[in-house]
Amino acid sequence: MKRILGLAALTAALACSTAHAQQINVKIGVLSDMSSLYADIGGPGSVAAAKLAIADFTKANPNVKVEMVSGDHQNKPDVGTNLANQWIDVDKVDMIIDVPNSGVALAVSQVALNKNKVFIVSGAAASDLTGPKCNANTVHWTYDTWMLANGTGTAMVKTGGDSWFFLTSDYAFGHALERDTSAAVEKAGGKIVGKVRHPLNTNDFSSFLLQAQSSKAKVVGLANAGGDTINSIKQAAEFGIVKGGQKLAGLLVFASDVAALGLPTAQGLTLTETWYWDMNDANRAWTKRWHEAGAAANKFPTMIHAGVYAGIQHYLKAAVALKGKLDDGKVVVAKMKEMPTDDVLFGKGMIDPTGRKRHDAYLLEVKAPSASKHPGDFYTVKATIPAKDAFRDPKDSGCSLVTKS
Amino acid sequence: MFEIFGIPSTALFGQLLIGLINGSFYALLSLGLAVIFGMLNIINFSHGAQYMMGAFAAYIILQATGLGYWPALIIAPIIVGITGIIIERTMLQWLYKLDHLYGLLLTFGIALIIEGVARNYFGSAGLPYTLPDSLRGGQNLGFMFLPNYRAWVIAVSLVVCLGTWFVIERTKLGSYLRAATENPTLVRAMGVNVPRMITLTYGFGVALAAFAGVMAAPIYNVSPQMGSELIIVVFAVVVIGGMGSILGAIVTGFGLGVIEGLTKVFFPEASNTVIFVIMAIVLLVRPAGLFGRRA
Repeated sequence: MKRILGLAALTAALACSTAHAQQINVKIGVLSDMSSLYADIGGPGSVAAAKLAIADFTKANPNVKVEMVSGDHQNKPDVGTNLANQWIDVDKVDMIIDVPNSGVALAVSQVALNKNKVFIVSGAAASDLTGPKCNANTVHWTYDTWMLANGTGTAMVKTGGDSWFFLTSDYAFGHALERDTSAAVEKAGGKIVGKVRHPLNTNDFSSFLLQAQSSKAKVVGLANAGGDTINSIKQAAEFGIVKGGQKLAGLLVFASDVAALGLPTAQGLTLTETWYWDMNDANRAWTKRWHEAGAAANKFPTMIHAGVYAGIQHYLKAAVALKGKLDDGKVVVAKMKEMPTDDVLFGKGMIDPTGRKRHDAYLLEVKAPSASKHPGDFYTVKATIPAKDAFRDPKDSGCSLVTKS
Repeated sequence: MFEIFGIPSTALFGQLLIGLINGSFYALLSLGLAVIFGMLNIINFSHGAQYMMGAFAAYIILQATGLGYWPALIIAPIIVGITGIIIERTMLQWLYKLDHLYGLLLTFGIALIIEGVARNYFGSAGLPYTLPDSLRGGQNLGFMFLPNYRAWVIAVSLVVCLGTWFVIERTKLGSYLRAATENPTLVRAMGVNVPRMITLTYGFGVALAAFAGVMAAPIYNVSPQMGSELIIVVFAVVVIGGMGSILGAIVTGFGLGVIEGLTKVFFPEASNTVIFVIMAIVLLVRPAGLFGRRA
């Protein structure tokens, strides 16, 4: 009898320990701009998206326990790297996600490489992250400068906009966007008739717009971002650029920028995004839940928020496939690349060898106020750019991960 | 058609006019600063935030009551001016006897708080505000397309600037004000309520900033950081014109707008820097500014 009891106790103990082994603990850090320029495209909205992703995943996989921390990099690379280091060393964070601002993202990508953890970029644009500065610990999810330039540039030339004038923000990001777009335009048979480089955070664009007007270019390309883009579009409407027969091409425009402009001003603008909240029922349902998860009720999610959600889901799937062994970031990223991606927001896709997540991109046009039926009804989808054309061919990336293999 | 340094003269005329229009914003803002510094001896660092408040007030008035641009042009400056009076009564009035630095630090702190609150409630991307229908469209001047709104901006700011200059330099009220800055005790002995006059002056200076904010709302991005981006340039304008000199603020405001406009044609990359280069040169040659009196 004693022996039987002992045996039962032993089996019970064994059963417990196997159940315990299946318990997977993950810690995720959302690093974003919480209080400044990019707080609306990422920021608190990204935190809400992350919460949603974790809630959805742990509901379907109760054995996975996910903790989340979030922080503000203040658009300073040194603050971003300090926070990333502290999260990894002290708080034992396994994966860092989001990071709008390419300067900070490039710095954090180095931290992930040095500490051998995982970094999923959703907020930053620079295609260098999967180009010359790529590494085996970084995945670039949502969009990049190459895709923006190629999507909008090629489409505009195809619809007759074959001569371009650029308003370019005078720093690395603007130059890269102008360079990539020029290449796409020229490849499609268009030509560049002029450009002007304006300082970052310019208030008044009327002088540059007059120059664009007198250049007689068919398309005025805006290789800038945020407040600069909003100011240039607002004043282009005032100066009658579009009424005069020229077209505006916003090379980096988010839903939040369109909201800031208002449809009467933004109508007719062509742009490229990889996700739009009002495109299908799944996205609309997700947006409703995003608002319930704590995002500001008067805002609409951007593609960056969607990228945070989808990125976390795919990471957690890889974590389960690896049975919770997350110490080696390179192994985790390799697993993420090996598994095809599939989520409600971006559909089926994959991560290419450079770390570039590939999915469809959409060429969008801002609706006229009369065509907009409810708040946030911003765009008509003009074309879908399939994943294989939307992003740069890994062969042309200059990424060492491709050339080595 | 002749050319100047490779730029067609017609294009250049357009740019000169544009420069003048931008200059009128600088003049409106630096005017308020000059009035406040001249009369109160306070370097009002929250001027940019109060300009932003003006634009936000226009937006809130539109959302809450449906009143558009024209009523906002009157109501917003009054509301923001009242907040200015509250700031003066509760905080600023204790600092007049201290060094300039204390006023600067206090108003800078206030500016950061106002910006933070705006960002918290409205986000950082900006708010939509469109042109009033009556000022849509524009005139073709032959050498350029001049939007009606810009013509309105330049006309209004000229009227406001010259009106303010006239009141302070040529009327009895203005003479009381100037006397009160020179010798408050003596003016008070004459039976003038000096503290109330100073309070109202600050309120007026703040209202001017808010007025410029409403003027800016239809053409510039209405965002919490709109003021801090502009205020540094405006300070340079005031320093070049001579701290506290009203005529100096107006003339340099318009003049620097033109110079900045020309830089945008010949060397656009330097258009944010040129004003500070001029400021450095002026400070070396005439430390009190172009129109300033030597202390």
